[in-house]
Amino acid sequence: MGDCHGCPANSLATLPPPSFGAPPRRHIVAIVGPPNSGKSTLFNRLTGLRQKVANFPGVTVEHRMGRVKLEQGRDVFVVDLPGVYSLTPRTEDERVTHDVLSGQMKDIPRPDAVLLILDSTNLSRHLVLAAPVLSLGLPTLVILNMADDLKSRGGELNVAELAMQLGSPVALVSASKGVGLEKIFQFLSGATLGAAPQAPLIQLPVIQDIPKCRAWATSVGNKTGYHAPAPPLWTRRLDAFFLHPVAGPLVFLLVVLAVFQTIFKGAKPLMDAIDEAIKHSGHWIGHLLPNEALRSLVVDGVWKGVGSVLIFLPQILLLFLFIGVLEDSGYLARAALIADRTMARFGLQGKSFIPLLSAYACAVPAIMATRTIESKRDRIATILIAPFMTCSARLPVYILIIGAFIPDRRLIGSFLGMQAAAMLGLYILGFVAAMLTARLLKSTVLKSRRSSFMLEMPPYRWPTARSLALRLVDRSKVFLYRAGTVILGVAIVIWVLSNLPLNHGKPPAIEHSITAGIGHLVEPAIKPLGFNWKIGIGLITSLAARETMVSSLGTIYGIEGDEHSPGLQQALRQDLTLGGAVGLLVFFAFAMQCMSTTAVVRRETGGWFWPAIQFAYMTGLAYICAFLANKIVTFWS
Amino acid sequence: MQVSFKKRSPSTKDRAKNLTELKPGEAGVLQKLDLPEDDARRLMELGFIPGHSVTRGLSAPGGDPRVFRVDGSEVALRRETALKLILR
Repeated sequence: MGDCHGCPANSLATLPPPSFGAPPRRHIVAIVGPPNSGKSTLFNRLTGLRQKVANFPGVTVEHRMGRVKLEQGRDVFVVDLPGVYSLTPRTEDERVTHDVLSGQMKDIPRPDAVLLILDSTNLSRHLVLAAPVLSLGLPTLVILNMADDLKSRGGELNVAELAMQLGSPVALVSASKGVGLEKIFQFLSGATLGAAPQAPLIQLPVIQDIPKCRAWATSVGNKTGYHAPAPPLWTRRLDAFFLHPVAGPLVFLLVVLAVFQTIFKGAKPLMDAIDEAIKHSGHWIGHLLPNEALRSLVVDGVWKGVGSVLIFLPQILLLFLFIGVLEDSGYLARAALIADRTMARFGLQGKSFIPLLSAYACAVPAIMATRTIESKRDRIATILIAPFMTCSARLPVYILIIGAFIPDRRLIGSFLGMQAAAMLGLYILGFVAAMLTARLLKSTVLKSRRSSFMLEMPPYRWPTARSLALRLVDRSKVFLYRAGTVILGVAIVIWVLSNLPLNHGKPPAIEHSITAGIGHLVEPAIKPLGFNWKIGIGLITSLAARETMVSSLGTIYGIEGDEHSPGLQQALRQDLTLGGAVGLLVFFAFAMQCMSTTAVVRRETGGWFWPAIQFAYMTGLAYICAFLANKIVTFWS
Repeated sequence: MQVSFKKRSPSTKDRAKNLTELKPGEAGVLQKLDLPEDDARRLMELGFIPGHSVTRGLSAPGGDPRVFRVDGSEVALRRETALKLILR
């Protein structure tokens, strides 16, 4: 797939000669529609795996660009624009949609055509968006989605009449079932040949005035025999249960617990399997390599370093599968509604709940998920606290240190062990820090009147395997990319620095390596927290990604870099006091050690200001609390 | 025509009704949105247009936010927003 940004006029030179004398450039078609109209489902249907996520230059709104294969080997590129109700450029999403459609967006040529997708079960309201889109004068296909729902709930509509009235072709489709898509492909083939749009039969309204637009939509509906379908009965029934005063909160708690249970217990067999595979393949590769230095680099440096991170792939995918099911089914909107009151106590709102839940897997997608929050201040507050939630990258560090220092004794009968309690405590610690920080932010720098919370409750729908699978593929790509770049790089650097300078042609003992030199340099700063130079090296590398700590310590101690390894735990016990260990746990709970998160915060907040504040605040808090934890524990023990 | 007295707790008959006073399942016709321009526009885009009917639906546990059925969809609003949507 080609680059999304820009398309120089000569870029089509390599394409087969078009038979209809197509203009020498790439064709771009924009998908526009209100939220909950099935825009993304349609986009996935049309492009499949031939898509990628990109950012518009200069703004924080992300868009997806994908390639649709047409007949005769021709391609057309589709841009999935953010969901909007109007083209008045007020929010960032609306501005982006407006700018792209009017050709004002840098690096994206004005689209050749528009796919306007509307929910056919809610046509009168969704048609409001048709007025400003049609008045752009671009060839437009009006796609009425959810045709299956419309039919089963007894709605009616004359498609041919609607096409006449609007002066644009209309397709009645079901994007989730893949019904009626031929018409879209037909339109795309025609649109790329430069067909001019017809003028609409009925006069378009003044587009700034919502009541007038709405009245216009009603009259269009009336003229085309539109009968709104009956209310979604199943949604009402399910809501009576999910929003029940007693059952509702119980189900909510069960769902949250199920998410955690799944990522910790459910992922375990998969993680063990990956662990075994990495170990065995490491041995196998080791046997293939003749040279000892090379073997050490590949097996100890690269394989174990990257492997210690790959192990978390099942957890992350399971969490995203869960969130995908909750979101696509419509439950997440109900969860946000239930959580709103509690979140409001900390100055946040129900829509912050979804990103914060995702942050238990990884802060990066969580921060991207904050885009649904309209209030800018609420959104920044949510972005700033998201990295406090215990992400899965902290787990290997927690497991290693808890395993080494907390005795495996029962605490409450056979129900809760001391190690499990320590782990739970760390989760609570992160959560409390997040909530108190939110409170602090919202009562000072991000103070605002309680923002108006408006949340549309979409009807419940069956999630489709297709869209869930695409989400997982997308997440896997991001994760593997990171493992293959940042973590691989750090693993190699640590290995090289630990094996230099050569002493009579042999690698030095770790105490005399460059790594140790750097470690000794930072030691004075971290000594008050109870950490020695080896932990210092681990901390430096963990600034790239938290989980790197485990592989780095493994390399430094020259033993298996594996969090369950008694060797590494033994070594840590000799090097850290209990105070230092608790300090280290607290440090990891609070510190901002993740380059990817910092990069995404910069992108989403549009500058270095907030990521700098976040880094200073979190790392400062981590330092102070680790210091206090070390002193208190050392004093009492 | 209703006369409104500036009392601390006027009875519901003395002043315009707002969305929070709808009982579950009860409907009313929206008269105006007593909100800043931006919020009002956003609400109108969601279907809260003067002259349209609004029906109270379910609510979150504890009664806030509440769900309202308007123009073919369901939208949840916090109490302080619902207070500003005045019914006929």
